[in-house]
Amino acid sequence: MTDSSSAVAVRMAGINKRFGAVLANADVNLRVLSGTVHGLVGENGAGKSTLMSVLYGFYGADSGSIEVFGQPARIRNANEAIALGLGMVHQHFMLVDTLSAIENVMLGAEPHVLLRRADAVVRAKLDQLMASTGLRVSLDALVGDLSVGDRQRLEILKALYRGARILILDEPTAVLTPQETEQLFDVLARLREQGTTIILITHKLKEVMRLCDHVTVMRGGKVVHECPIAQASIAQLAEAMVGRKVNIGRQGDALATAGEVVLQAKGLALRDAMKVTRLHGLDLTLRAGEIVGVAGVAGNGQSELLELLSGLRAPDAGHLQLGNEGFEPGRWLDPRRARHLGLAHVPEDRHARAMVMDFAAWESAVLGYEEQPAYSRAGWMLHRRMREATAALMERFDVRPRDVSLGSAKFSGGNQQKLVLAREIGQAPRVLLVGQPTRGVDIGAIEFIHAQLRALRDAGCALLVVSSELDEILALSDRVLVMNEGRITGELPIAECNEAKIGLLMCMTESASERQAQTVEGAAA
Amino acid sequence: MNSSLPLPRWADVLLMPILNLVIALAAAAIVVMLVGQSPSAVMPVLVKGAFGSARGLSYTMYYATSFIFTGLAVAVAFHGGLFNIGAEGQATIGGLGTGLVAMWLSHKLPAPVLLPLMLLGGALFGMAWAAVPAYLQAYRGSHVVITTIMFNFLASTLLVYLLVNHLKSAGDMAIETAPFGPAAHLPGMHEALAWLGIEWPSSPLNISLILALLAAAGVYAMLWHSRAGYRLRAVGSSEGAAAYAGINPKHQVIIAMGLSGALAGMVGMNEIAGVNGKLLLDFVGGAGFTGIAVAVMGRNHPVGIVLASVLFGALFQGGAEVAFDVPGFSRDMVVMLQGFIVLFSGAMAYVIAPWVAVALHRFGGGRRTAQGAKVPGASLG
Repeated sequence: MTDSSSAVAVRMAGINKRFGAVLANADVNLRVLSGTVHGLVGENGAGKSTLMSVLYGFYGADSGSIEVFGQPARIRNANEAIALGLGMVHQHFMLVDTLSAIENVMLGAEPHVLLRRADAVVRAKLDQLMASTGLRVSLDALVGDLSVGDRQRLEILKALYRGARILILDEPTAVLTPQETEQLFDVLARLREQGTTIILITHKLKEVMRLCDHVTVMRGGKVVHECPIAQASIAQLAEAMVGRKVNIGRQGDALATAGEVVLQAKGLALRDAMKVTRLHGLDLTLRAGEIVGVAGVAGNGQSELLELLSGLRAPDAGHLQLGNEGFEPGRWLDPRRARHLGLAHVPEDRHARAMVMDFAAWESAVLGYEEQPAYSRAGWMLHRRMREATAALMERFDVRPRDVSLGSAKFSGGNQQKLVLAREIGQAPRVLLVGQPTRGVDIGAIEFIHAQLRALRDAGCALLVVSSELDEILALSDRVLVMNEGRITGELPIAECNEAKIGLLMCMTESASERQAQTVEGAAA
Repeated sequence: MNSSLPLPRWADVLLMPILNLVIALAAAAIVVMLVGQSPSAVMPVLVKGAFGSARGLSYTMYYATSFIFTGLAVAVAFHGGLFNIGAEGQATIGGLGTGLVAMWLSHKLPAPVLLPLMLLGGALFGMAWAAVPAYLQAYRGSHVVITTIMFNFLASTLLVYLLVNHLKSAGDMAIETAPFGPAAHLPGMHEALAWLGIEWPSSPLNISLILALLAAAGVYAMLWHSRAGYRLRAVGSSEGAAAYAGINPKHQVIIAMGLSGALAGMVGMNEIAGVNGKLLLDFVGGAGFTGIAVAVMGRNHPVGIVLASVLFGALFQGGAEVAFDVPGFSRDMVVMLQGFIVLFSGAMAYVIAPWVAVALHRFGGGRRTAQGAKVPGASLG
C-alpha cells in the first residue's frame, strides 16, 4: 500500500438527516480510504441511499460535515459533487435512450458548441479511457439498443469521463447476469488498481466479501458495524444488517415424491406486437407438492411465461391443461377463470400489477377476489368484512404496520409483498405462480417469505417461482428450469444444480443447445 | 424528494382549498384595483348578490344544479382514468333526448310518467354520445381527450341542424321548438315549496336540484361502495393491476364514459324541463366546461363537487349582480375571477403545499421549543 492509498477519500462525520418524523441518518460517520472498494450495506430504509444522496448533493444534511480528499466540502448539488471528483451510477440508469452512447456522455458537458468538434474531442478521450479501464462500449450505438450491461459500462464511463475519482455504485449487479457481474467486478478491480475509490451500495453480501476491502453496515439510519473485509463474514454482516440471526439458505428438502400433475403446458409460443418471438414453444409441467424454479436473466421470456400461465395474455400457439380443463389460443384462460381453477399469481411487478397503489390496504387485499361472497354481496362491497379479512391476513403474515386503512403505496416493499402473498396464499391455491418473490424485500422478510412458500409446497400446492436471483432459485427450488431467449435451455433437479452450471445454461443460445443435444445423443449412441 | 414534509390530511382536505381560494380572490382583487375599481366595494356586492336574498340564493343554486351534474360527469370519468372534456356535448345531446321525449309525449302522458321518461331520454342520449369516444379510446386507441373535444363541436352543430331543419316550429323566427305541454314541466322550487306551505320567490331554481343531490349521493355509493365502482377505480388507478385482477380495462372505459355521459345528459332536466320548457340552442351555456373546474376543485369527490358547484354558482350569480350594479365592471371580470380560481385551485393546487407543510411543521415544532425554553428560563428566575 502506497501513501496515497491510505489517504482518506471521503470522510462524513456526524451526518443527521430527518424527513418529517423519520430520522433517515442519525449521527452517521463514514470513512472511505482512497483507492479501496468500500461496501455500504443495509436493508431498504437503512439510510444508505440517503447518506449517498447527501454526499452527492441531492439533499443537504441537517448537520454534520463532509471532507473529500481531506478538504472540507459543502456539496449543494450534483454539479458540485462532480467537480469534487465524485461520480454516481444509479440503479436506474440516467441515460437518454434515443441518443447514441457518445451523445449521452457529452450531454450537459459538451466541450464545444459545434457537436462535430465536441464529438471528436470526447471520442479521443473516451477511446483512451476504454483502453485503460477495459470498459468497452460501442460509442455510436443508440442507448436504447444497448444491453443492460453495456448501459452500465456506459454510465461508469460517463462518470470517469467527467473526472470521477470516487465512484458510487448503487446496487450495480441487480440487473446483471452472473457472467456480466464477473466482468463488472474485473473492471472495478482494475479501476481500484488505477487508484479510483469505489463505494458499492449493495445488499448482496457475497459480492461484498468478494470485492470490497472494507465494509460499513447500516441499520435504522445508524452505522451498526464497520470492519475491514478480512475480519467480516457473511453470517456476521447479515446479522448486523437485520439485527438478529437470519437463515436464508436452503432449508431441508422436498417430500421425496412430487404428486400428480396439476398444470401442463405444451408448445407455448408467443410473438409480441413488434412480431418478435418471445417464447419458442415452451413445455412445462407442474406437480403438486413441488417448487419449480425458473432461472434466467430478466427479459428472456420469464415475464411472458407468467403472463400466459396466469391468463393475462394468450399465446399464439400451444396448449394448457389446468386441472381438468384444457385451453387453446383462441379460447385461452383468463385471470378470473384461473382463480376459479385454484391458480393464484403473485406478479413480479408489485407496483404495476399486484396492488392498486392508490387503494387502502383493505381494498388491495381483496383485489381479484372482490366477487367472492365474503367480500361483496349483490354488487355491494362489504367494507367491514373486507377490513376484518385484511386484518387477519396482516396478522398471519406479519404485515407492518398493522393498519388496514393505510394506503397500499405507504407500506415498505417487503410488507407490500407479504400482503400480496397473504392474499394469494390465503385462497389456499392448488397452483401458485410467483414472479420475483423477494425483489426489493429486506433479508428479514425474505426469510419469512421463503418459509411461507415452503409451507405451501408442503401443503401440496404446486409452485412456479421465477427469480433473477440465483441464490433464491437454489434456496427454494426442487427442480430448476433455466430460460434464455425465450427457450428453456436446461432442466435440472436441485441436487445437480450449482451456480456455474446454471450460469452456463443462462447464456446458452439455440445453436449451442442443439450442439449439446447432439453431443448427448452421440454419447447415448 | 420534493415533498419531504407530508401535509396532514385535514390540511389537505380543508385548509388547502380555502387557502387556494383566498389566493385566487387576492389575485383577482389586484386586477380589480389595477382597472381602477375598489375590491372592497365589489366583493360585498358579489357575496350579497349570490347569497344575500332568497332570490339571489335561488339563482346561485340554479346555476349550481347544472354544475353538479357536469362536475359529477367529469369526476366519474376521472376515477376511471379518463379525462372527459366532452360534458358540454354530452349535456347538449342529453338535452336533445329530454326535449325529444317531451316533444312527442308531452300531450299524451301525465307528468309523473313523462318526467322520468324525459330523464331517461336525457341520460341515454348523453350516454350514447359519450359511448362513441369511449369505444374509440378502448378499442381503437384514439385519445378520449381529443375525441370528446371534437364531439362537443359535433353535438352543437348537430343540435343546430336538427333545430333548423327538423324540429323548429314552422313559421317561427326563433331557432327553437314549440313550447312543450305542461306535463313536461319540472316544478320550480317555489312551486314545490308552496305545496309544503313555504313561501319562496319565483326563480329558475327547480326540483332538479334534488335530482342533482341524489345523483351526487348515487355517485358516492357507486364509486366507493359498489363492486362496479371498485373495479372502475381499480382501472383508473392502475390498469395493470386491474387486468391482473381479471377486470377488463376496455369494458371499464365504456362503463365510466357511459355513466359520465348519462350524468352530463341530466343537465337537460334543469335547463329544458325545469326552465325553458322547449328545446333551444346553447342551453348548456358552458356548464360542461365549468364542470371540469368544479371537479378539479372538488377533488373529484361528490361532496367537494357540490360545494365547488355552489361556489361557481355564486360567482355566476354574484358576478351578474356586480356587472349590473358597479359601473365599468363587466362580466368579463367575473370570468377572470373564475379563471383565477381554476388556476389556483386546479392547475396550481399544490404549489403552496410545501410551504404550508413547513409552516405547519414549524408551528407544531415551535410550540414544543417554546415549552422546552421554559425550563432554562425557570432556572434563571
